[in-house]
Amino acid sequence: MTLNQNLSTVESGLKSELRKKGIVIATLEDFYNWGRRSSIWPLQFGLACCAIEMIATACARYDLARFGAELFRASPRQADLMIISGTVTKKMAPQVVRLYNQMPEPKYVITMGACSIAGGPFIDGTNVLKGIDRYIPVDVHLPGCPPRPEALLWGITELQRKIDGQEIEKNEWYQRGLKREFPIPEFGPKGLIPKFNPDVWRPETASRRRERYGDPILLGKKTAAPKFETFGDPNVKVGTV
Amino acid sequence: MNPAEIKTKLESEFPGIPIQIVGEGLLLGPEDLVRVARFLKESGEFKMNYLSSITAVDYLEHLESVYHLYSVDQRTGPVVLRVRVPRDNPRIPSLVHLFRSAEFQEREAYDMMGIRYEGHPDLRRIFMWEGFEGYPLRKDYLPENEDVLEWDDVEWLERHGVTVPAEYKQYAQDLKAAGKEARAERPKPGAEAV
Ligand code: SF4
Repeated sequence: MTLNQNLSTVESGLKSELRKKGIVIATLEDFYNWGRRSSIWPLQFGLACCAIEMIATACARYDLARFGAELFRASPRQADLMIISGTVTKKMAPQVVRLYNQMPEPKYVITMGACSIAGGPFIDGTNVLKGIDRYIPVDVHLPGCPPRPEALLWGITELQRKIDGQEIEKNEWYQRGLKREFPIPEFGPKGLIPKFNPDVWRPETASRRRERYGDPILLGKKTAAPKFETFGDPNVKVGTV
Repeated sequence: MNPAEIKTKLESEFPGIPIQIVGEGLLLGPEDLVRVARFLKESGEFKMNYLSSITAVDYLEHLESVYHLYSVDQRTGPVVLRVRVPRDNPRIPSLVHLFRSAEFQEREAYDMMGIRYEGHPDLRRIFMWEGFEGYPLRKDYLPENEDVLEWDDVEWLERHGVTVPAEYKQYAQDLKAAGKEARAERPKPGAEAV
């Protein structure tokens, strides 16, 4: 027996016309995506202040359960969604990439807050990774410092829209040779090696920040501490300096 | 108790000890730190039994380590001790054997500023990893430029099966041939005004 591909589609205009008359037409794909998007299991981990907003979103007042994403799992093996809520320090980055690699397909990532998108307020720091999208692909970027719980709800509904639009036949995780494990960066003498993974992310060629401030990296002006201090007796010499 | 009174007390206890009052703090030489701290801790008058913080400051001409001592019993404090050391050879005796709370704080000051606390039982980096070079909070430290790949990164990526675009590879090779490192640059003149 040969299986033929089912190419019949129902036009969306006709669908809504029929719905008015009480007839609901759905494809298998609709059911499949409806099931997937209505039970997103996020991975339970928070990295910094944004995590507090994520916790608030999951609690009674904002109630993430209305969107079916309330079951935070403590193991990456059981999670669909990784909410990177907070500052990814360079020391933490290898662990985040490792957790991503351990998640089963299909997997999604939301970066929550300015920190995980691009370093946020710590962009001049030596210790903070300038965006987790340097190492893993991200589905929804959620700006804010921190984003309010409503914004996280928006991010999750946005992700649900993305899931709704996916087609079974074209889903990456049913394709052969899918590579969704990314090499885990290592600690080097100056920072992480590599600085980014060109498969996933490339630096901007034209940067607004560079145009505006002249240098994209070192904005802070490091100068000598002001000399407010007066010495009592100039004749007493203390130590060697 | 104000710094001037403490200074007089210390001078009568250790005759000839050089002490300066700087702001609210007492500036000491590194060789006097341990005996002064021990005296402040153990004398019945001060009973400074709690070392609440050790910080390090980079003044460009020298480095400084600042100690805040409190007395929990008498509810007095802080007594601020400051020790100056040269930038190229910063060595200060450790206070771990007097105050256990000094252990992690001295490790932090060592990690960030590179001050060596002599006599510390376990002086390792605490925030950065072993193998990190340089002391990130010193004012002359330049962080790496994270938007360009260096040759180490290119080699690493190729070892892990990632194809590196030709222009990045070329740039990394040029950097290596010139013997340069990709470091952040100082802001261009006028950039601060924006
Ligand atoms: S974006 Fe703001 S609130 Fe969120 S982790 Fe960073 S600093 Fe904290």
